[in-house]
Amino acid sequence: MENKIKKSTGDRIADVIIYILIGLLSFICILPFFHVISTSISSNTVVAANKVWFLPIFTGEGAGVNIDAYKQVIADSSIRWSFIYTVIITVLFTLLGLFLTICAAYALSRERMMGRKTINTIFIITMYFGAGLIPDYLLLDTLGLLDTTAALVCPLAISAYNMIILRTAMTAIPKSLEEAAQLDGCDDFRILFQVMLPLVVPTLATLALFYAVGRWNSYSDAMYYIQNDALKPLQYKLYQLVAAAAESSALEADAGAQAQNAEVVKSATIMCATIPIIIVYPFIQKYFVSGVMIGAVKE
Amino acid sequence: MKIQTKKETSAKRKLGVMFYLKRDWQLYALIAIPLLFIIVFKLLPLLGLSIAFLDYNPILGFSDSPFIGFSVFKEIFTSREFLIALRNTLVLNVFDLICGFPMPIILAILLTEITCGWYKKLTQTLLYLPHFLSWVIIAGIAYQLFAPSTGIINVMMGTHIPFLTEKWHWAVMYILSAVWQSMGWGTIIYLAAITGINGDLYEAASIDGAGRWKKIWHVTLPGMKPTIVVMLIMALGRLMGSNFERVNVLSNTSVKDFSEVIATYVYRVGLESNRFNISTAVGLFQSVVGLILVLASDKVAKALDEGGLV
Repeated sequence: MENKIKKSTGDRIADVIIYILIGLLSFICILPFFHVISTSISSNTVVAANKVWFLPIFTGEGAGVNIDAYKQVIADSSIRWSFIYTVIITVLFTLLGLFLTICAAYALSRERMMGRKTINTIFIITMYFGAGLIPDYLLLDTLGLLDTTAALVCPLAISAYNMIILRTAMTAIPKSLEEAAQLDGCDDFRILFQVMLPLVVPTLATLALFYAVGRWNSYSDAMYYIQNDALKPLQYKLYQLVAAAAESSALEADAGAQAQNAEVVKSATIMCATIPIIIVYPFIQKYFVSGVMIGAVKE
Repeated sequence: MKIQTKKETSAKRKLGVMFYLKRDWQLYALIAIPLLFIIVFKLLPLLGLSIAFLDYNPILGFSDSPFIGFSVFKEIFTSREFLIALRNTLVLNVFDLICGFPMPIILAILLTEITCGWYKKLTQTLLYLPHFLSWVIIAGIAYQLFAPSTGIINVMMGTHIPFLTEKWHWAVMYILSAVWQSMGWGTIIYLAAITGINGDLYEAASIDGAGRWKKIWHVTLPGMKPTIVVMLIMALGRLMGSNFERVNVLSNTSVKDFSEVIATYVYRVGLESNRFNISTAVGLFQSVVGLILVLASDKVAKALDEGGLV
């Protein structure tokens, strides 16, 4: 590029500052993890002495690699079951969410469908106006869904926002492809499954990530609708752990070896709840960076 | 041309509903299930809003509970607790907006200045990551890092600052936590907007002798303006709402004065104290004001000719 040759000293200094600033901000985004990972694998003694900062300490008196906390978390049948249960509901939720989104987005991207505008408006309204906690709660109560897995899977499965993202992607596909398929005698079902879906895989991957992460991360609906301990997702159990720690911190009772052991275990639990996301994240990241969300804003 | 399309549409109308149902039955079959979900889980609860006007008794149900008009609302607006929750919601959200809104814009502009491919990719990956963490995890980490006597930040500085257990410190941490979580993710939309700017404009600016900052000011920012306006409208629409998961898990008893917002108030009054009609009325008030805010800011943006939501 031309302006590269012309770069002045001032420009170069500005470049360096920008690089350092961005680097620093990115570093701040992962720094807390270094502390949590380090704490989770360090011995209770060094953690109690507040020696663990952002790197694990394996040398010195009473130090060493300590994976007891992970063993303890895995041995805890309640946490172990929560983990499995959360995986199950996350998969169910993602599949249902994708299914509903695909059906709605395809139908609403066909201009020839009568009533398209009306149905579209109904979807949009739900983005800006909700009934609120108690009406939602009473609805699930009336349907007999309180304290069931369905309460964690069904209500949030259809999202107008995600539908718009997918609809935009489908609208962007050239009409000629659809027309060619129609000439070959394809009906809507076949056009959807054999023509459309293969072409919107990047968008589907992104939406799958949104659905899965959304389900994996939320705890509030479990807090509202679930009493049964066996149906509590991992994040809700973790919430109860964190809330207890926050209260004891508020009472300034956070010193002592007992609490420090709890700190190591808490770090291990936090890691267990985070690891699945960190594993999935790099695979899907390439898709959402490619500008999948552009269409979603303008609506 | 116009007359022709009009004729066409009137011809289409004449064909009637049955024609379309028959021709496009597959489309209607596809839309039926998601529409059913929307109706059951999003529209049906709207009927429950009637509780706000009833002296609701779960045993009597909707139809037999006595109608009491707006008296629940009167009770709410004289309740000190509600007014504090309202104040906290607005103050925290305004600061969220002031601190959180410009960050992704600045960051996106800085990111586009980075020309080194791998460095850009790496930093973006790291910057997006916090968005994918739950508030429980963020709060868990925050309480560990910022504890007054054992937290690593206080240990490093040799202080005992009650970051999360004193209300003023807490408010700052509450705002910063969201900036940390969403500054990277927020850039995606602005990066897309910057990519969409016509490259000729930059070239023309270069020929006119514009430096880096002049180009940012006169080309990049104007190019981003429509996106910024849309994002701002959406952000203004959220001024009345709070992320329940965030404020609930970050709060603790010693900061209740500041951390009680409408979202947590609705939960506490509704599901903890079982005062269904008060909780519903507060929720209704919140939704209506939120909707008015969206529509109003959309109108203002259109009046200023800056584009709008639709």
